[in-house]
Amino acid sequence: MTVVTADNAAVAARPKYGSITKSRRWALRWSYFFLILFAIFFLTPPVYMFITSLKTSAEISAATNPWWVSNPTLSNYIELLTQNQYLVFFRNSAIVSVCVVAITMVISVLAAFALARMKFWGSATLATGVFLTYLIPETLLFIPLFKTFAFIRDALDIELMNHWWTLIILYPTLTVPFCTWIMIGYFASIPKELDEAALIDGATWGQTLTKIFIPVALPGIIAATIFAFTVSWAQFLYPLAFTTSTDQLVLPVGIVTTLIKGDVFNWGQIMTGALLGAAPPLIIYAFLMDYYIAGLTAGATKG
Amino acid sequence: MADIAVSRAGTMNGAKGRSSLHRLMQRKSTIAFLMALPLILVIALLVAYPAAYSVYLATLNKSMERFVGFGNFTFLFGRETFWLVVKQSCLFAITAVIFKALIGFVVAHFVHNIPTKGQRKWRGMLLVPWVIPPAMSTLAWLWLFDPSYSAFNWILWQFGIDPIPWTGNGSWARFSVILVNIWIGAPFFMIMYLAALKSVPEQLYEAAAIDGATWWQRIWYVTLPMMRNIIAITALFSLIVTFANFDIVRILTAGGPIDYTHIFATWAFRVGIESGDIPLGATVSLFMVPILAVAAVFILRDISQRGNEA
Repeated sequence: MTVVTADNAAVAARPKYGSITKSRRWALRWSYFFLILFAIFFLTPPVYMFITSLKTSAEISAATNPWWVSNPTLSNYIELLTQNQYLVFFRNSAIVSVCVVAITMVISVLAAFALARMKFWGSATLATGVFLTYLIPETLLFIPLFKTFAFIRDALDIELMNHWWTLIILYPTLTVPFCTWIMIGYFASIPKELDEAALIDGATWGQTLTKIFIPVALPGIIAATIFAFTVSWAQFLYPLAFTTSTDQLVLPVGIVTTLIKGDVFNWGQIMTGALLGAAPPLIIYAFLMDYYIAGLTAGATKG
Repeated sequence: MADIAVSRAGTMNGAKGRSSLHRLMQRKSTIAFLMALPLILVIALLVAYPAAYSVYLATLNKSMERFVGFGNFTFLFGRETFWLVVKQSCLFAITAVIFKALIGFVVAHFVHNIPTKGQRKWRGMLLVPWVIPPAMSTLAWLWLFDPSYSAFNWILWQFGIDPIPWTGNGSWARFSVILVNIWIGAPFFMIMYLAALKSVPEQLYEAAAIDGATWWQRIWYVTLPMMRNIIAITALFSLIVTFANFDIVRILTAGGPIDYTHIFATWAFRVGIESGDIPLGATVSLFMVPILAVAAVFILRDISQRGNEA
């Protein structure tokens, strides 16, 4: 509120265009009014998750105001975090995401450097191909991959189905194309003079990459890392199709399939689990918001 | 390493300048190719191969022993559920994208209107739906829509309005799925449009104001033309993502009631994985390709156009 008045004062202090000032003030008021409305719409589900997570099952099923907690309790959190199963989901998710991020960044930084700076036969086609791959959704690929895994089991006796580490092989299909694409954009924006100077001084291509490109394009690398992490943390279809035993599940699928037992929904625990599962991306977002947004807008604006 | 040393030596001698230069070029492109090789392998083995394989799978019978040609396709054309799925996929994607774009545009304008100091805070708050993993936030919506404990129905009940069967009735279930889709996607549009709004030069608005343009004329003749590219490309991206969406429908309604919310991805999962008819599932998911291809062509055209401008 203080911001509004301060700004109004500043606007009023400007001498000219009285009517514009007035309409501007009204525009500002309406803007805040509608922003508050939209903020309510956008924040209701997460807030309601939090409200429910503080309730006991008895309070949830009582016919009281669902938007209010009369006896806040942390029992749902304590129960979930002492329960081995939930911690296993969390661990699987964490290992898978960290490995996928590492693999993705190595693959996409190397490839983006090669595609942005060291032209080779077919490199332009490959760059377009990378972008096209990004447009192919996982919903198109899971059935043939499912069949391929069955085939590998029969032919080579390697069981890929129902292991959490299989996801480390699968997730790069979702992260690598986009990360390569935005890294190409970031690398291409680095002035040619910089790496030419390095090459003249006798730097190898590897040195040019590690000493010049990676430090200069660090914001892009952080943005791509955040993207890879959030995508692998949130992925739902692949783990649902490829893992089934409870000790192999990752968080999203784990919460959906194990906390919902038959028709009995333990909503207090489901909401707690979902909220804790949403926490890592939210925390990263809270601290690295600018990089997060840079990565988001880079996909469509760079290139 | 030895290879490089030999090549270096060749350059030193300088006996045949041209050919050693040629070799140098070759070496550079070889390194580049090796650096891009992991990417090529990922794309070839985990994207291109499965995509091609699904075309092959679509021509087999259920037990995958016999070639049936277009048998799966003609079978699908004769099924009522298939046409329902086609209709719903298009309905969901188009409605959701239009509303995401509208809400994103409006919210971006409001955020752009307020003083710069406060913008960061609002932007940060309004992007939260996009940051939460969709599976998690859809669970929250499922709970908000719960048939017996719906928190929305409680509010309606306070105003004396009858409870709404959010996921129980065909039309309402469709509405709910679209609503959740919009809730997740609108913040992305907001961020993109906000970035675009910032890039419109202030002088254009000043000129418009001097010419006596109303706010509506400013939007129609200044803002929209300047943002046309971003609007188009964001909508196309979102169309692809929404059309191929899986999480929301799967968690919210699982395709029900009586298939009234199934879309290509969820139906392909039901048919291909849960019912075990892999070829038919592959066929269903292949029907997403035409729309994805059209969107991809437009996006690529737009990107290459901007490449030429630069």
